Amino acid sequence: MITVKTMNEMRLVFASRSANEAFARSAVSAFVAQLDPAVDELADLRTAVSEAVTNCIVHAYGDDIGDITVQVQLFENGRVMVKVRDRGCGIPDVKKAMEPLYTTGGEDRSGLGFSVMESFMDTMKVRSAVGKGTTVTMEKYIRVRRRRDDVL
Amino acid sequence: MDVKTITEQEITTVYLSGELDHHNAAPLRERVDTVIRERRPKRLVLDFSGISFMDSSGIGFVMGRYKLIRSLDGELRIQGASARLEKVMRLAGLEKLPIWKG
Repeated sequence: MITVKTMNEMRLVFASRSANEAFARSAVSAFVAQLDPAVDELADLRTAVSEAVTNCIVHAYGDDIGDITVQVQLFENGRVMVKVRDRGCGIPDVKKAMEPLYTTGGEDRSGLGFSVMESFMDTMKVRSAVGKGTTVTMEKYIRVRRRRDDVL
Repeated sequence: MDVKTITEQEITTVYLSGELDHHNAAPLRERVDTVIRERRPKRLVLDFSGISFMDSSGIGFVMGRYKLIRSLDGELRIQGASARLEKVMRLAGLEKLPIWKG
């Protein structure tokens, strides 16, 4: 088995305030920029992170404020792993929560957060325990672009 | 988030700008809904050319305005959405609604 080395990693912990949605996606995007991703790849990541963090703020903590942890690992083959974790209320039925258009968020919540994450990332996994919290793990492969000199 | 509004005859155009996420959607919704209720346009045009980022909160925002304007016998049009924004909107099947300009 070939093991791919972790190239770099970071962890952010911040309060579940909606102003931090922009902070989280910008921070992840700035960190991943060192892989030299295409504009579209970076936009996909920003959108997926925004969805995951918004879920923590709207659903996991509701009217309370708690900690959200975002962990990003970069691998030498261009794999980016993003984990978004909360210690909030948890999801009783993950399968149901992941159905497109299903929402408990009320009016003006589209119920498409998980669909966006699934379609903009290469893999997505949700682990949740009621009363304990939820962890969303997502991966995306950034196409590694080499200098022409290295190839020739 | 800045909102510029122009009303010509029965058409009201709202020029949105900034990043349309859950944080910004709530104040934006209030302002746009106030415009809709006060001016009662036959057609509401939402101009997205100043929107640099949008996630699924933007979908909820569009759907909510679509329902409101329809309940007042008006119609909604979307203009100026970048290819990026359209990618998010397509995911929600918004391309099937009669809201596209042109």
